[in-house]
Amino acid sequence: MAFADMLNIGMMQGFAGLSLFAVLLLMGLGLAIIFGQMGVINMAHGEFMTLGAYTIFLFSTLAESFFPQFTQSYFLVAIVAAFFVAFLAGWCVEWALIRHLYKRPLDTLLATWGVSLGMQQCFRSFIGPKEVSPTLPDWLMGSWSPHEGLDIPINGLFVMALTLVVTGGVLLALYKSRWGLRVRATVANRPMANAIGINTKKTDRMTYAIGCGIAGVAGAAFTTIGSTGPTSGSLYIVDAFLVVTFGGAASLLGTVASAFGIAQMQSISEFFMTGSMAKVLTLMTIVVILMMRPQGLFASKIRH
Amino acid sequence: MLNVSDLVVCYGQSEALHGISFEANKNETVAIMGRNGMGKTTLFKSLMGVLPTRSGSIQVAGKEVSKDESYRRVAKGIAYVPQGRMIFPTLSVEENIQTGLENAAVKKVPDEIYALFPVLWEMRRRKGGNLSGGQQQQLAIARALVTDPKVLLLDEPTEGIQPSIIKDIAKALNEIRKMREITIVVSEQVLSFAMDVADRLFVIEGGRLVHESPRASTDVAHIKQFLSV
Repeated sequence: MAFADMLNIGMMQGFAGLSLFAVLLLMGLGLAIIFGQMGVINMAHGEFMTLGAYTIFLFSTLAESFFPQFTQSYFLVAIVAAFFVAFLAGWCVEWALIRHLYKRPLDTLLATWGVSLGMQQCFRSFIGPKEVSPTLPDWLMGSWSPHEGLDIPINGLFVMALTLVVTGGVLLALYKSRWGLRVRATVANRPMANAIGINTKKTDRMTYAIGCGIAGVAGAAFTTIGSTGPTSGSLYIVDAFLVVTFGGAASLLGTVASAFGIAQMQSISEFFMTGSMAKVLTLMTIVVILMMRPQGLFASKIRH
Repeated sequence: MLNVSDLVVCYGQSEALHGISFEANKNETVAIMGRNGMGKTTLFKSLMGVLPTRSGSIQVAGKEVSKDESYRRVAKGIAYVPQGRMIFPTLSVEENIQTGLENAAVKKVPDEIYALFPVLWEMRRRKGGNLSGGQQQQLAIARALVTDPKVLLLDEPTEGIQPSIIKDIAKALNEIRKMREITIVVSEQVLSFAMDVADRLFVIEGGRLVHESPRASTDVAHIKQFLSV
C-alpha cells in the first residue's frame, strides 16, 4: 500500500471520528445544560433526541405525499421544527414533573427514567416498532472527493456544520444573553437569584426546555447518519453522560473537548481493533483520567 | 415606606419571631441591633421572602408583599444584601451587578454605581468569587442598588470585614441615602457602625423588638448591655 493510500484512509477514519464527535457533542450540549447547570439527571434525554428524529421523518413523509415540490428543501425547516417539538415536550415535562424534584436531584434520575420508558412505549404504539428513515434531499447524498481515493461523505459535513452552528449559538446565548445570565445566576445560588429579582422558576423551565430542544436538533442530525427506532435515543444516553461527566459538569468548553477526545479515540482505535475492544479502551482511559481528576477535564477556578 | 406589623415567622413548629412591628420612613436609616441568634437574619429573610411568614403583614409604599415570591418583592421595591454577601462566585463582577437589572429598561450598569464603588470598576472583569470580603460586600450592595429599590435591607454588612472598609461602607450608605432618599434597614452587632449610619435604633431580643430610640437620645451604655454576652 502506497503512502498516499495510508494518508487517505487516515483522513477518512479521522473524519468518521469527527462525525461521531458531532453527534456526541449535540447530545452532550443539551445534557450539559440540564445536568451541568441545573443538576437534573435527565435520563429521558435520548427520547427527546428520538422525538426530534421522528419530527424529521414526519416532515419528510408530509413533503413526499402532499408537497412534492418541497422534497429538496423541507429538511432545514424540519430541523427548526425538531427543536421546537422537543422544546415544547421538555417544557411540559418540566412543568408536570421536574419542578417538583429540584430539592431531590437524585430522584430526578428515577422520574426521568420513567418518562423515558413511557415515551419509548408511546413511540412504539403510535408510530410503530419498526425503524424508519426519512427520505433525505439529494444534496445531502453522495460524497465530496477533493482528490482520487479520498471520499468525505456530505451528510457528515452537514452534521459537522450544524453542530458548529448550534454549539456557537449555545455558547453565545449562555455567556452573552440575558437568559444566560439568569441561568448562571440561578445555578450559582437559586434563593439569592430570586431575591435579586430573577424569576427562577421560569428560568428553570426555559433552561430545561432549551436543553431538550437541542436534543431534538441532535435527533435531526442523527437521521442523516442512521435510521430511527423507538430505542435509538437510549443507545446514546450513556455516551452523552460520559461526555458531560468527563468534560467537567459545569463547563461547556469541557463538553466540547471531551466529546472530541472520546469520539476520536473511539474512531481511531476501532481501526486497529474490534469495536468492542475499542470501547473498552476508551472507557478504561476515561475511568483512569477521572480517578486522577474527579472534577472532569475543565473546572472553573474560583475561591469559595 | 416600610410597614411591618405583627410579623410571625416559624421554623417548623418552633416560633422564631413573635409578632414584630415597626416602620421605617422615606429617607431614613433604621438599625436593628441584637446578639447572634436573636432573630435578625430570620427577620430579614422573611422580609425578603426567602423564609415564609406565618402571619402578619409587610407593606412597601402601601403595597402588601408578604405573600409574594422574592422576585416580585424586588419589583415592588425591596432590595436585599444578605448576611455573608452571597454574591455569585462564578460570575464576573460586572455580570453580578447586571443580575440586579432584571426590571430595568436598560441592561447596562449605571455609571453612578461605579462612581460610588470605584474598586468595582477596576475589578469588573474578575470573577466575583475572587474578590476580598470587603469588595464582595460592596458588590452585594451595588447589585442590590441597581434594582432601584425604595427599601434597602442590609443584613450584618460589617460581619468579617476589616475596620477601614467598615468606615467606607458606612460612608457609602450615607451617600446612597442622600442621593436616592430611600429607606435603609440595617441589622448590626457593631454599635459604632450603627451610630454612624442610623437615625433610629431598635434592639431585637428573643424574636421581639424590646427597645427603640432615636440616635440623638440613644443611651449607648444601655444598648451595649443588650449586646454584651
